[in-house]
Amino acid sequence: MASVEVRNLSRSFGTFKALDDVSISFEDGGFYALLGPSGSGKTTLLRLIAGFGYPDQGHIAIGGESVERVPLEKRNIGMVFQSYALFPNMNVFDNIAFGLDVRGVPREDAAREVRRALELVQLSELETRRPHQLSGGQRQRVALARAIVINPRVLLLDEPLGALDKALRLDMQVELKRIQREVGITTIFVTHDQEEALTMSDRIGILRAGQLVEEGAPEDIYRRPKTRFAATFLGEANIFEGIWTDGRLRLADGTLLETAPGAGRGATGEPGCCLIRPEQVRIAGENDGGTGNRLEGRITRRLFAGNWTTVFVDYQGKTIRVGQANTDFLKLEDGSKVTLAFSGSNTIPLQS
Amino acid sequence: MSPLTRLLEVVGRLFVGLLLAFLYLPIVIMGLMSFNASPFYMLPIEWSTTWYVQLAGNAQLVDASLYSLKIALATALIATTLGTAASLALFRYEFKGKKILQALLLPPIAIPWLITGTAMLVFFFGVGIGRGLHALILGHVALALPYVIIVNNARLKTFAPELEEAARSLGANQWQVTRRVTLPWIAPSVVAGALFAFAVSFDQFVVSYFLATPGQTTLPVEIYAAIRKGFTPEINAVSTIIIVLSMALMLFTARFYKFGGND
Ligand SMILES: Nc1ncnc2c1ncn2[C@@H]1O[C@H](COP(=O)(O)OP(=O)(O)O)[C@@H](O)[C@H]1O
Ligand SMILES: [Mg+2]
Repeated sequence: MASVEVRNLSRSFGTFKALDDVSISFEDGGFYALLGPSGSGKTTLLRLIAGFGYPDQGHIAIGGESVERVPLEKRNIGMVFQSYALFPNMNVFDNIAFGLDVRGVPREDAAREVRRALELVQLSELETRRPHQLSGGQRQRVALARAIVINPRVLLLDEPLGALDKALRLDMQVELKRIQREVGITTIFVTHDQEEALTMSDRIGILRAGQLVEEGAPEDIYRRPKTRFAATFLGEANIFEGIWTDGRLRLADGTLLETAPGAGRGATGEPGCCLIRPEQVRIAGENDGGTGNRLEGRITRRLFAGNWTTVFVDYQGKTIRVGQANTDFLKLEDGSKVTLAFSGSNTIPLQS
Repeated sequence: MSPLTRLLEVVGRLFVGLLLAFLYLPIVIMGLMSFNASPFYMLPIEWSTTWYVQLAGNAQLVDASLYSLKIALATALIATTLGTAASLALFRYEFKGKKILQALLLPPIAIPWLITGTAMLVFFFGVGIGRGLHALILGHVALALPYVIIVNNARLKTFAPELEEAARSLGANQWQVTRRVTLPWIAPSVVAGALFAFAVSFDQFVVSYFLATPGQTTLPVEIYAAIRKGFTPEINAVSTIIIVLSMALMLFTARFYKFGGND
């Protein structure tokens, strides 16, 4: 187990920059998610850490030791592929034993390790099955066991749950997290599913067009994103655009929005934007004076989702989402006039 | 079913029947005649194995058969090894001129053997390789290589490159990856390639005719010479043996291909 340091990493394919000066550190034992839209360079970053090819520029250190010139097979890294990449000509046991075999681990020791890994992923009964006789979730577990059994310094997972259906994916999220905790291994997990990133990881790095846009704990990035991209990519977002005026944002209709202090604030006169999450917006009652930001709008649509209700409110031609656990919302009628209230401290200035 | 489709079906069946007849009737007749005691193909057939007995006593034909077998085995071994290695290289690496190299594999299959044979003869004499066993094997390997590579390439198209990557990430070196992950997957095409190579060599007439030394020659060349001297039903016998063996080999390949299917 080890930390991973990535410094100023760049990688181009032809003239196309797949990774552009990315720096990020992964602490020992942490669970990291690399999140970003398709084509943003997540796989490229993961593969460079694993050692599939070398960067054009930059440094990678694993456990404090520079690995730029260490070939893949010597890096001692556990990798789980999206396609699982199980060896079709071997059964479950042999698949998992592969990494130990090629290292020359004696048979009995290897068998013991393999059985332990099988137990960890709860597949002990299936050790003689072939990959094509397994379900997607089981293949996933075999791939995980195979990567973990070699006791790697880092575990890399490239969209490991992408091929599973939703229910199974939720199960595997819990499972993966449990296994990671049990083994205590530094884990870097690539996903384009923001919910997955939020629920599973200790830290999230958001990539966009080959650049690391933002990095931090899930809660921080969700509540106080620094960039518009992170704000909209991670969760639902209401974004207001306007002109900065002494730390407040002046909207087109002249309304001034109070905002939380932050680097996203521009100098007076500069255009800018800020974020308010749907669950931070209230629909204010009639006698509800209060402070903070207030906007008048009309309800256009209400969406009941069991434990959650989303109300769409039209404000100056712009749709604002209000989300509450409160089902009283359902009593409000479409077209009725409402006042939206939200505090300035939850109104986050964003860099665009 | 409309009358038209029924008619088409009848015509289709007839066509397939005729096709099979043209393909197999001569062979069947030859096989039957190899068991006919009459050297003049007199009917009705008088069953006898006399031509097979005579064949066994014909040192020249037996020698030529063994010589052919030796060359075909050597060709299969060498061409399969080199060809499989080449296929793996084409699969794994990107390099300058790869496309051209791959395209260059096809023409040798289409070029008439007469031309290839003449070219080889001229070339081998020019560079001092000359004729004989080594020249025959060299020539046959050259003829067989494209088949081996093409068959393996087709199989490798179904192989997921991540499997090699996964094996390497688990600490396997190049040789371990090849032996334990890649070769098991392409085993059917390696076998098929070897059979192709064997067949190309064993059936080879033109190139062998040019490259064999007069004293010692291969079976097809020997058969040709024998026919020129005067046809004897021994030729039917030896041909029947070859046909039975090659059919068995081909059926075996077909089965192996199926067994080696996807999993
Ligand atoms: N081997 C390659 N050759 C050419 N382009 C590549 C290669 N690998 C990745 N790319 C390009 O780099 C970009 C980033 O790819 P990738 O890292 O796979 O993105 P992600 O995993 O975030 O979807 C993509 O636009 C992709 O087309
Ligand atoms: Mg990817």
